[in-house]
Amino acid sequence: MSALSYLDLLHLVLPQVIVVVAALVVLSVDLIFLRTSETHLRAVVAAIISVAGCTAAILWILHAPHSANVLDGMLVLNHLAQRMQITLLILTSLTILVFIESTFTQHISEYMALILLATVSMMFLVSTQNLLIIFLSLELLSLSLYVLTGFNKRSARSAESALKYFLFGGISAAFLLFGASLLYGLSNSTNLERIANSIPEIVHGPFLDPLLIVAIVMTIVGLGFKVAAVPFHFWAPDVYQGAPVPSAAFIASGSKVAAFFIFYQVMVIGFAGAEGSSSWSGYAPGWVPALAVVAALSMVLGNLVAILQTSVRRLLAYSAVSHAGYMLLGILSHSDQSFRALLYYAITYALTVLGAFGVIALVEEETGGDALSNFAGLSRRAPVPSFCLLIFLLSLAGIPPLAGFFGKFYLFSSVLTSSPAAIGLLWLVVLAIAMSAVSLYYYLKVLKYVYVLDPPAGITPRRISLVRQFVLCVMALGVLLLGCAPNLLLRWL
Amino acid sequence: MLAWTIYISFLGVLALMLLPRSSVLVARILALLTAVAGFAVTVVSFAQQRSGELVTVAQASWIPSLGIEYHLASDGISLTLLLLTGIVAIAGILFSWNIEYRAKEFFAFYLALIGGVYGVFLSFDLLLLFVFYEIAIIPKYFLIAIWGSTRREYAAMKLALYSFVGSAMVLIGLIAAYVIAGGRTMDLVQLSQFPFPVHFQMWAFPLVFAGFGILAGLWPFHTWAPTGHVAAPTAASMLLAGVVMKLGAYGCLRVAMTLFPRGLDAWGFHVLGFGSWRDVFALLALIGIVYGAMVALVQKDFKFVVGYSSVSHMGFVLLGLMTLQQIGLDGAVLQMFSHGVIAGLLFAVVGRMVYDRTHTRDLSELETMHLGKVIPFAAATFILGGIASIGLPGFSGFVAELQILIGAWRSFPLAAIVAGAGIVIGIAYTWRAMQKAFFGASEPGVSADTHSLPAISIPERIGAVILLGASVVIGLYPQLLLRVIAPALHSPMFDGLWKGSGR
Repeated sequence: MSALSYLDLLHLVLPQVIVVVAALVVLSVDLIFLRTSETHLRAVVAAIISVAGCTAAILWILHAPHSANVLDGMLVLNHLAQRMQITLLILTSLTILVFIESTFTQHISEYMALILLATVSMMFLVSTQNLLIIFLSLELLSLSLYVLTGFNKRSARSAESALKYFLFGGISAAFLLFGASLLYGLSNSTNLERIANSIPEIVHGPFLDPLLIVAIVMTIVGLGFKVAAVPFHFWAPDVYQGAPVPSAAFIASGSKVAAFFIFYQVMVIGFAGAEGSSSWSGYAPGWVPALAVVAALSMVLGNLVAILQTSVRRLLAYSAVSHAGYMLLGILSHSDQSFRALLYYAITYALTVLGAFGVIALVEEETGGDALSNFAGLSRRAPVPSFCLLIFLLSLAGIPPLAGFFGKFYLFSSVLTSSPAAIGLLWLVVLAIAMSAVSLYYYLKVLKYVYVLDPPAGITPRRISLVRQFVLCVMALGVLLLGCAPNLLLRWL
Repeated sequence: MLAWTIYISFLGVLALMLLPRSSVLVARILALLTAVAGFAVTVVSFAQQRSGELVTVAQASWIPSLGIEYHLASDGISLTLLLLTGIVAIAGILFSWNIEYRAKEFFAFYLALIGGVYGVFLSFDLLLLFVFYEIAIIPKYFLIAIWGSTRREYAAMKLALYSFVGSAMVLIGLIAAYVIAGGRTMDLVQLSQFPFPVHFQMWAFPLVFAGFGILAGLWPFHTWAPTGHVAAPTAASMLLAGVVMKLGAYGCLRVAMTLFPRGLDAWGFHVLGFGSWRDVFALLALIGIVYGAMVALVQKDFKFVVGYSSVSHMGFVLLGLMTLQQIGLDGAVLQMFSHGVIAGLLFAVVGRMVYDRTHTRDLSELETMHLGKVIPFAAATFILGGIASIGLPGFSGFVAELQILIGAWRSFPLAAIVAGAGIVIGIAYTWRAMQKAFFGASEPGVSADTHSLPAISIPERIGAVILLGASVVIGLYPQLLLRVIAPALHSPMFDGLWKGSGR
């Protein structure tokens, strides 16, 4: 192993350092200069500093692209990892900007700092191939998210959902750690590639080593929790509904992208050689069939339960479960193309769902709730955000020419082209397409309230600040543009 | 130049969205101008393109890594349906001149639907075709749910879900075809030359055909059509019956039958007397013809009569496709045009001229209103439209259905006889509806207050004349369209269809 000075290491993780410094600056500026100012001003200043920090980190990555693999895969920087870091930073900035006027808390600087710290952990997460660092970053991310979930001290729901999230998260972290320790025992390494190299020694014919099977299942449990796949999804509806809107949006967007990225890395790099097969007529044990079951359950359960929801946030939670099901297809077909398709899907999904939460926040501020009935007649009160919501929800339903449609098309076709025998996965693709036909029903139901029903009497439309309308429009335009010209994103990744 | 039909429509949508909320008249005029411009572009291209062969309109790389292209082209079949779209679009706007409630949104959704339809008829890349096909779903939902009548939310959701399920079936077939052909191209012409394995075609063909067939009113998946047509506002019913159902039939012909021609081959064994998918779909089409007509015969609601008649007439289109005879396919394409114009006209009479004035569509109530005297123009229009619909010579319906029957006679003689019976039932239900709606038994002394009904307005008269004119012109001189349809059916795309084994 080559010697590495701390200075070199700092140089490689400078983007993360920049974001951490931004978090500290946010805290101290608020503490020193703005203690007595009004909330709105503090929020704007904190947001500006945070976004400036993210921008500086992005610029640094673009300015000095690195390629490195140091400390036994603990820090792996390559083109893709850096592009993912930029994506995550952009998503964080958008989250901050779209919720710039939320007023659920007095502790604005702490809130921003936590979001930035979560971003740092996600940046580490996408630039490592070592189980230890993966676990550490996941924990750092989760801890930040638990606090962000329970940040609204005035709401009992928020506290309840944070506790649920924490309990489930703690258990799943234990599973993940147990799986990792088994893997370490089997391969004597925490580096994903070395783990994979040791797998042939313990695979005997068509059967896998029982310990390896346990390790696979444990890992899927731990990471399945992060992406909210059935049956590890129980936290999602409560958190989506109870958490402050910006936190929910952040959990639904940025953290999903990072989690799927690392899920793919762990399964495909770490368990290479133990794939197995879930073809219709060619079952072979491995992690692919296990994921296929999880994916199929997520698609079916997520879509069917979403139909029954009356709270739009819970509806989005179950729709997130079903989208996790679609995205798992990209992992289990494990080809380069399906990885690209997965990233395209995850990124556009994050953008879309962030926008949807942006509109939900508007509605909650205006009417005090997120039930379907609160959306009645929104298009008459707020035409621009309504139109943005139309674009976001139709994209989630997979209506062309929006990004969600191309994401689905690319993902499903890449699943089938991933290998010559992959046509056997057609049953999963058929299930996914059938289920996305179901999903149109509940997305249209929300849009029915927005566009068709008349607004209830007695609600006076509030003025919506131009900044928020502008950010929402930018995101809607992004969804439309990425759908019409998917090449922009595909070439960039 | 034809590509501008799509662009103009979507530019119209954009312009309407930017309009201030109060300018209703401007919105109408803008929408009308957009539709007229789209139609004008089509007519000019139609005049230029004499042969009806495939002409590329626009071709550019879209997603190079997947081999997907932005490929617009037109042949005789597309041109025929583009003309239909233009005519019905203009007439639909004329018949919705009285829309006041959220007018600019109405026309925006309307033009978005039109743009999507133009796009489907012009796309020669499968993904592009699918994109436009689905773009057309969402405006339908809002047009019905916001501006509709009877059980509008139910009908709108039913229609949207049926369409979406159909397109999901199509998507499965398309992705599988794309992957099996090597994942390098989605070009319709190239894929139609690709020799897909026969066992694949045997399941892909029924999947894609039925997927498109749902939108074409294929029995037993037709139930969205009557409820949707009835609930929709007039212009939307005109578009639904006139154009959107044609999207389905067009997809059946252009995609399912050209990509998977071997799917029509004999199975080699018989189940319940069926020897191939062709038999199955021919029977379903036939059931659609007779069932639609019989159900139309007993309806109480005037609009349901026309709604079920659409199912019956679309059955002819599907039967024509299944004949696999030159004359039957010619007839099917011509019937798409003919039914589009006539159904548009009938829905306009029922929805706009009668319902908007009397606020009832119940035939027994209409019977007491003497509408034949009160609004004679409506009565005359409906009689002419009805005559065209039952296929009297001189109107387009005659030429189209005659060709389909001849084709069917050659392929399935029994089917031709049953379909002929369907036409006879068609005369009965049209006659009954006409009699009840306009010429109810006059009871002396009851000269009701219905004289106060507003007179038929100028836009309505213009719209009716356009639609009737189109039907008469094609009825008297079908060669106008047939001369472009026939060569299109002999382009290399349809080779597989003609060369299939056993034909």
